[in-house]
Amino acid sequence: MKPDQMTPAEPTDPPRRPLSRAALRRNRIIAVTGLVAVWILLWGTFTWANVIGGLVVATVLLAVFPLPPVTFAGRIHPLPMLRFWLRFLRDLVVASVQIAWMALRPGHTPRSAIIAVRLRVNTDLNLTLTAEALSLVPGSLILEADRSTGTLFVHVIGVNSRDEVERFRRGVLELEARIIAAIGSSDEQRRVREVAHPPPPADLEGVPT
Amino acid sequence: MSLDAVLDIAAAVFLVAGALLSLAAGVALLRFPDLLTRMHAAAKPQVLGLLLVLIGCALRLRTGVDITTLVLVGIFQLATAPVAAHMVGRAAYPHDDIRTDLLVTDELAAHLDRIAGARDDEVRA
Repeated sequence: MKPDQMTPAEPTDPPRRPLSRAALRRNRIIAVTGLVAVWILLWGTFTWANVIGGLVVATVLLAVFPLPPVTFAGRIHPLPMLRFWLRFLRDLVVASVQIAWMALRPGHTPRSAIIAVRLRVNTDLNLTLTAEALSLVPGSLILEADRSTGTLFVHVIGVNSRDEVERFRRGVLELEARIIAAIGSSDEQRRVREVAHPPPPADLEGVPT
Repeated sequence: MSLDAVLDIAAAVFLVAGALLSLAAGVALLRFPDLLTRMHAAAKPQVLGLLLVLIGCALRLRTGVDITTLVLVGIFQLATAPVAAHMVGRAAYPHDDIRTDLLVTDELAAHLDRIAGARDDEVRA
């Protein structure tokens, strides 16, 4: 069978510890709380009928469509969380103005690049959040995520040289650091601090410029 | 000037700003060179434009029931727009529609080659 370029990479599951019973229960409580909150927001009024209705719907939903286990090892740190959101909103505005300006600027064809960024904390949650945030901040759009190595492949718009590409790579890692600072465990935060500049994946070294 | 009037003016400003950003996103969709750059337009100015329109609507409506729905619309837009852009971009990636001549570097191609090579080895073994 000839491997075909069109299919994305198979997600090869990295070895992960199975969740303990307490962690499973905590995940379920977070999921139910989130679903009940959405239900109440949909109805628009906070009444006991809505809360109980939401609980019933959430229980049925989780029984019929069980969520994949997500490891949330840390806890929410309010101040870094606020810092992340402020920076995120600023980035979203900058990104929108940048794209709008590029669109309206006459006679300009934006150049771009596809870069690989290996994240320091390889958890599903961190990979997802970083990818989501990346797609909404200036210049970047997520193309592919490799779960086995924790690598994000990012399409960057408006770069013209290798220098700018490297600057952008650092920007992605800073975004990851902000997310980990907001929700990561102390172990993850230590890893982010220790590995200030992780080496690029082996197969990317010596890529011709 | 009464509070209502102030809120109405703010709502108008938000609505017009949101509409202008959505217009810019539309122009970008037409003018950008290839699919990947166009997805940038679909992901960013469009999301912020919609958020501004939602804020404008909330300032104009000023009722709890409506505002909670608007909050939900905003949350789901933030959560789903990147995923949609990713799916479209990934589906289209190794294809002629991508202007590779405009790419400074392409590290995903090296990655895919490596995976294809690994699979070849598996087939041979």
